[in-house]
Amino acid sequence: MTGPAALSQTQVPLISARGISKQFAGVEVLRDVDLDLRVGEIHALLGENGAGKSTFAKILAGVHRPTTGTIALNGEQVEVANPVVAQRLGITLIHQEPISFPDLSVAENLVLGRSEDGWFSPVPWAKMTRDARALMDLLGVDIDVTQPMRGLSIADQQMVEIARALASDSRLIIMDEPTAPLTPREVETLFGIARRLRSEGRTIVFISHRLEEVRALCDRVTIFRDGNKVGTHTIDELTDADIIRLMIGRPLKEYLHKPRTEIGAVALEVENLTLPGRFEAISFSVRRGEIVGLGGLVGAGRTDVARAIFGVAPALSGTIRINGKQATIREPDDAIALGLAFVPEDRAQAGIFRSLSVEQNITAAVPARIAPRGFIRRSVEKALSSEAIRSLRVRLASARQPIGELSGGNQQKAILARWLLTDPTVLILDEPTRGIDIGVKAEFYDRIGELAASGRAILLISSELPELLALSDRILVMSEGRLTAEFPRAEASQEKIMKAAVPRSATLGEAA
Amino acid sequence: MSALRSLLLRREAGILVMIMLFCLAVGLYKPQFLTGNNLRVILLLTPLIMIAAMGQMLVLVARHVDLSMGSILGLSAMVTGMMFRDMPQIPWMLGFAVAIGTGALLGLINGALVTLFRLPAIIVTLGTLNLYRGLTFIISNARQVDRQYIPTELKAMSQTSPIFGVPSIIFIAFGVAILAYYFTMHTRVGRQVFALGSNPVAAPLRGIKANQVTLLVFTISGALAGLAGILYASRWGFVNPSNTGAGFEFQVIAAVVIGGVSINGGVGSVPGVVLGVLLLGCVSAALPLLGIPGAAQNAIYGTVILIALLIDRTVRQQGVLGLRRLPA
Amino acid sequence: MSAAETSPPANVAGRESAPPRPLWHLVLVRPETLTLVLLILGVIVASRLSPYFLDIGYILRSFALSAEIALVALVLTMVIIAGEIDLSPAANMALSACIFAWAQASGVPIPLAVLLGLLAGLAMGGVNAFFVIVMQLPSIIVTIGTLILYRGLAQILAGDRSIRIAEGFIGVDRILVLGVPLPVVVFVLAAIVLALVLGGTIFGRQIYQIGTNEVAARHAGIRSRRIKLILFLMIGVVAAIAGIMTASRLGSVRYDLALGKELEMVLMAMLGGTYIFGGRGTIPGTFLAAWLLVVVSTGMTVANLLPAIQMTVLGILLIVSIIATNFIYSRTQR
Repeated sequence: MTGPAALSQTQVPLISARGISKQFAGVEVLRDVDLDLRVGEIHALLGENGAGKSTFAKILAGVHRPTTGTIALNGEQVEVANPVVAQRLGITLIHQEPISFPDLSVAENLVLGRSEDGWFSPVPWAKMTRDARALMDLLGVDIDVTQPMRGLSIADQQMVEIARALASDSRLIIMDEPTAPLTPREVETLFGIARRLRSEGRTIVFISHRLEEVRALCDRVTIFRDGNKVGTHTIDELTDADIIRLMIGRPLKEYLHKPRTEIGAVALEVENLTLPGRFEAISFSVRRGEIVGLGGLVGAGRTDVARAIFGVAPALSGTIRINGKQATIREPDDAIALGLAFVPEDRAQAGIFRSLSVEQNITAAVPARIAPRGFIRRSVEKALSSEAIRSLRVRLASARQPIGELSGGNQQKAILARWLLTDPTVLILDEPTRGIDIGVKAEFYDRIGELAASGRAILLISSELPELLALSDRILVMSEGRLTAEFPRAEASQEKIMKAAVPRSATLGEAA
Repeated sequence: MSALRSLLLRREAGILVMIMLFCLAVGLYKPQFLTGNNLRVILLLTPLIMIAAMGQMLVLVARHVDLSMGSILGLSAMVTGMMFRDMPQIPWMLGFAVAIGTGALLGLINGALVTLFRLPAIIVTLGTLNLYRGLTFIISNARQVDRQYIPTELKAMSQTSPIFGVPSIIFIAFGVAILAYYFTMHTRVGRQVFALGSNPVAAPLRGIKANQVTLLVFTISGALAGLAGILYASRWGFVNPSNTGAGFEFQVIAAVVIGGVSINGGVGSVPGVVLGVLLLGCVSAALPLLGIPGAAQNAIYGTVILIALLIDRTVRQQGVLGLRRLPA
Repeated sequence: MSAAETSPPANVAGRESAPPRPLWHLVLVRPETLTLVLLILGVIVASRLSPYFLDIGYILRSFALSAEIALVALVLTMVIIAGEIDLSPAANMALSACIFAWAQASGVPIPLAVLLGLLAGLAMGGVNAFFVIVMQLPSIIVTIGTLILYRGLAQILAGDRSIRIAEGFIGVDRILVLGVPLPVVVFVLAAIVLALVLGGTIFGRQIYQIGTNEVAARHAGIRSRRIKLILFLMIGVVAAIAGIMTASRLGSVRYDLALGKELEMVLMAMLGGTYIFGGRGTIPGTFLAAWLLVVVSTGMTVANLLPAIQMTVLGILLIVSIIATNFIYSRTQR
């Protein structure tokens, strides 16, 4: 906690970012951010999922180019055009799951991309191995540098990445949630190394959700919210409560609350659901007419639970009951037959058939309804899909146009329409409003409310706290693969949810 | 994890053991299999495949495949053979330059189609397999280049040599293998080929010029098929538009996958491929002795490829298990 | 020649793909339209080379020589749309024909011998399916392996000799139905049936869906592995039918029956606008492409071009047609 933070403040900052903005496909994810990183400090970036901290880090490392804004390195303006340039400028980004060449040796992974020698210049194996060993010794880790990267644990792969940063004498090392996959021991080793790097005058940017870790390691924190920088403070100025308040602090009024509906019998019940490495002993139930929110941070295991219930990647143990009857779900097909529906988080990858018509996309899950004897009946298909399009107000030119031509929000409506046709009892929505315009979001909330009112049980996974609070009758919170809290609607608050979602370092070992 | 590692390390050793067991088994049954003379037979069966296998290995390591090698061999051999026939006055050594140059050009075309249009190499080279074979017929007017036109010195390379009476094409083959070893293990671009095949997405992030490396491996593969082409003329003393190199690509692919090169890219070693080629050579040499018709060869190649695929999958599986769950 | 004709229409199609799309435009950018245009051009050019081409009987007789390959190409189209590929059916044709021929030559009654051939084809499809679906290996490389294996087994069975077919079973191509050779009739009927299956049934619909996005298909409850299994079994049986038909047409069977014909099969699918990465393509497209190919190769024969030149042209056509369909699809994707 008491690092050598007392560095001369008059010094030129290592990095001086000014007016950084970034848009993806017209959506602004980062807005006019100014940030200075001092020489020899460990600087934490904090914020909710999607607040913009990772985007900012990626801009520093040349993975993304800023839409507007400038970056100065030691007072001189630089163009970080791509990761190779970043590396040459002495900036290294370490991903949570490091990028590597699994078939090449550790030593080779360390040097790849650094040398500017010609194609046919010899590879100095002996020197390479020697240097690699020296780096590992320097870091105090025991990794055989001649073995292929493939066999290394994630922690060791991170060490190799750090070694790579040292080998290219990086002045700025950015670690994007490095501790999430590590055991407490490994975290301690990592922190020891980070502190040593700081004492050598290197700068470290540390992205993490774990407040204890931030407090233990970092000198200053910068908090992001909705693409804006909220502020930069020394860590001692803030209490945990302050930090959480700064991270959320969004007015709730913009969202309508779900209309009160009659809550019926239990529709979905899971007990002790376990998939080692993903989630442990998950038990909860959802009743008809009820919306149960499932909150937590990205990587907490919420999506894995949903995928397990729906049969995409079934759990190893535990039971699922639908309408009180025990269910065996090995494939999504089984789940659909039991009256389940699942709107996945990754629409492009697991949701839509991009080049096929909207109509085909909508009717994909009801083959028996559109083709009772195997042959598709166009009139039935058209009637079903146009009714669904109307009721969900999907905006399109023609039901025959490829779904890829629709906006994200309308694609999502089409996916929801697909599931309405199966008339599900239980609807699992995983981040249903991600990447959707504000206006369309409100429409979605109305639809979700109506669905519950029509007697369906809804499990809503969302990283947006106001959304959870506005829609849910009950809120469950997951952290590191476990359920950590449950709040009835009246008792829930953003602060409480966030507190339950942020992992405790103490519980770390059990999940890992 | 360490079990996987040692398995990988043992890959070459495994092939070596297979060769020895196979030879011993055949030798027990037919003692003449283990004579020096038969060793010469085995070695003479392998040089063309060995040379081409080095090229195919590079292409596979970079996560592509070259099905057109047999046709490149045929076309280069034909170009060279016709040069010998129509321009007898030029020095015979020039034939090497012509054959290698032709092969390199044809390989470059493959590479260009793959990189420029982002097409799967397998379909592109299936097309050029036929295209190049057709061209061979066209330029030759479907006529064979007969024995008398092939320079005596060239033919002699497959007969005798100053050293232990071992024909020089065997030395050439091992020379190519040594060069390939140097290229893959000791040049920067050689390692980049492995990096590219190991993780094509990350390669550009580390400054690897993927397109250029891809072009290079296809060009080398073509050039080596071209070299094999002129050596075909040396070994058999003729060039025939339909037979020369037909089906050759399958023998090469079989040898390479037995040698432990992964079809998923990034994995492969020259010693492994050399042993794979030798194992195929032993099998080919043993068939007539065992009274198995030569007709069985293709079936054996096919089986061997499938088995090698399964082995490769098992080896891979352990590595990727943590990343990708198989649907139950 | 035909290669040069391919590019201008492709360019026209590409340029027009602006957001609001009239119906005529949707029709125009379909790769099958391109195939049809090429086919008409091909017939015009060929009929200038030789008046034979205006004789429909001549074209039908020529087509009978390729009908077996075209038949397999229809099923191959479905396999490619589903996101897989099969390079082994030509070898499968040879092995099932050899098994059939060997059986009837050793005294097995013809119907039983045919059944044996078909079962062999089914088994070969099953082997491919095992490696691709159960072992999860890429079909492209698996079927290269089985291509060599099946051909090799045919070689073991038949050796270097040709196996004669019993007199009564020879000449399937000489049976005329309303003046059309039987293999052509089989092909046309198969095309109609498969077009209905692919375009009109839920099975066909799901083939497109798994070829477009297998993960999304699974999330929508589509059992992609079952569909792929059916397709591999189907192409196995159809290849066996094609092999036995070829045997009857030739009157004898050698192991090199249909040698190298996998190229033509893939080419017919590609020329017909099937997308090599799956999810797109139609049976009518492949149907037209088969005729186009026959017209081109017969035209070349009539023009006294060497068979080798035909080979070259086929190779070029394959590459050009993939580039063209890729181009069209990448333009209409967004």
